[in-house]
Amino acid sequence: MLRFVVRRLLLLIPVLIGLSILVFLWIRALPGSPATTLLGERATPEAIAAINEQYGLNKPLHVQYFAYVENVAQFDFGDSVTSRRPVIDEFGQRFPATIELAFAAMLFSMLIGLPLGFFAAKRYGGVLDQLSLVASLLGISVPIFVLAIILKFVFAVKLGLLPTVGRISVLINIDHPTNFYVLDALLAGDLEAFWDTLKHLILPAIALGSIPLAIVARITRAAVLDVQNEDYVRTARAKGVAPRTVDTRHILRNAMLPIATIIGLQTGLLLSGAVLTETVFAYPGIGTWLVEAIKARNYPVLQGGILFIALVFVLVNLLVDLSYALLNPRIRLS
Amino acid sequence: MTGEPLLSVEDLHVRFGTERGLVYAVNGVSFEISAGETLGIVGESGCGKSVTSLAILGILSRNARVTNGRAMFAGRDLLTLNDEQLRSIRGREIAMIFQDPMTSLNPVLTIGRQIREALETHFGMDRGQADLRSTELLDQVGIPSAKLRLKDYPHQFSGGMRQRAMIAIALACEPKLLIADEPTTALDVTIQAQILQLLRDLVSERDTALILITHDLGVVAGMCERVNVMYAGMFMETGSADALFARPRHPYTLGLLQSVPRLDAGRRQQLQPIPGAPRNMLSPPAECPFAPRCRFEVEESRQAVPPLEELESGHHVRCFNPVPAEEWQRTRVGGAA
Repeated sequence: MLRFVVRRLLLLIPVLIGLSILVFLWIRALPGSPATTLLGERATPEAIAAINEQYGLNKPLHVQYFAYVENVAQFDFGDSVTSRRPVIDEFGQRFPATIELAFAAMLFSMLIGLPLGFFAAKRYGGVLDQLSLVASLLGISVPIFVLAIILKFVFAVKLGLLPTVGRISVLINIDHPTNFYVLDALLAGDLEAFWDTLKHLILPAIALGSIPLAIVARITRAAVLDVQNEDYVRTARAKGVAPRTVDTRHILRNAMLPIATIIGLQTGLLLSGAVLTETVFAYPGIGTWLVEAIKARNYPVLQGGILFIALVFVLVNLLVDLSYALLNPRIRLS
Repeated sequence: MTGEPLLSVEDLHVRFGTERGLVYAVNGVSFEISAGETLGIVGESGCGKSVTSLAILGILSRNARVTNGRAMFAGRDLLTLNDEQLRSIRGREIAMIFQDPMTSLNPVLTIGRQIREALETHFGMDRGQADLRSTELLDQVGIPSAKLRLKDYPHQFSGGMRQRAMIAIALACEPKLLIADEPTTALDVTIQAQILQLLRDLVSERDTALILITHDLGVVAGMCERVNVMYAGMFMETGSADALFARPRHPYTLGLLQSVPRLDAGRRQQLQPIPGAPRNMLSPPAECPFAPRCRFEVEESRQAVPPLEELESGHHVRCFNPVPAEEWQRTRVGGAA
């Protein structure tokens, strides 16, 4: 088990090196540079050269790359070109926002998707089953930004029930020791702030959770349909076990294997930033951070941010693999 | 066989709704079994053997319906009970062992948990009591270091051991009736003998009645007092194992016996398979269901379903033209010579 984890973590190193080279070359292949962003279109060649000199952008690519790797090895990811703040600080502020949103979205999709898929399978071919198929088809095919704008228009603008943008109302002032605003509000013991941060999460979470919801519902339905005809389910019934116990202990426990995979993969995807949702709701997460960085040719932010995301993605996958071993005794990690 | 039978099934009919239409799986099956008795139900795959037992326990799949019949057990008709009433009987009064021990145990629960589940369900035992009893049961079915093996998962058991564990689960609540549905089909021949011996011992110790469902005539001959031969959802021949194997009177029973390879047969002796395939069950039988494959077919066979008639005391045959009593002995001697 420990060896498995260590080996997977060691495998991360080549992945990160390869990725860093790709990102490094890719952003330099984009037209424009940090200098033009900072100085505008009418900058003099001398000013541009001065900026390039300051950030080392006039040196050959391989020299730039090795200098970068040397810094990264010392956990120095550079400063953002636009804000002049360390990339790692900005990440520390943005990433908790994305985790909060991804978590809320996954919670939403599981709370609805799991029961929906389960009962659809139990009443296979029934009304609920048909409804769940239509709902999951809609969930997959309606673009996030359309759904997000509709939700915002109806619940925030027309009905005025929920806030339209951001993570917290401007008038509420609390400390942010963790940058998880919901947690911060709880730590501050401020119930009003807590409720406010939750309200800010609801619409983005629903918009972002719609696709995982549809996927979770479909996978759950398929897995339950599969498992409920297994011989061991019949054995459990023949033992006289109550239907609810058969459902939970025998059917769901086994159906959870494929469902856990999907949940893990989807969580990984959501953590890498929900660009569309974050943009519509002006939500200051990883997605909007990277989009701004691309527009500004903000090399340090892009290089650092994408590495972080890759790291998170691989770690989430590792957690998924570890959860298999918990759920399925037939799998031994080695 | 004294007094009231333990289970008495009368005129059981079961149908399945499928995409191709109604399947007439069981068409009027009647039998009785008393405490301590061993009854064999023999037939090919798909003849309705398993469906009969699942119907008695009320665990048929959702597309199946019992359309007629009674199954009297301890003064109650099992077919009229609701699920809650049936649950108190399943596993407690009537237990079942299934064919494939590889798939019949839940892969994500320990063996101990799966035995305990029966004890908790019916006796409300706590963890400690149930574990003690489970150890005892595993020990009785011949699993060494039973206490340690409770913590194992099914994939850590061999096929034979899993079937032993299944038997332990089935016997956990000391049922009055045990239904074993092809209990040895998925096992090696050497393991088969062990499992059958184990079943025989446990059943006779407890005076448990046993219904042994199988397609293997050898198993039935060695285990059962009475045998019902099933074809197309009906009993074709019923009687004591002795009478039935000495003097089979239904052409189907004769065919089954003649298609079993024998060690004492001459080298040149060919097996005689039953020609044709089992009847498709998409319509209710209107003629003898075996007629299309039968050497002894007579004109009446194509006009009506023959009744089950008593030819000798306790030996019933559903045939218009029963095989002569000495036919089987004659062909055997001829074969061996």
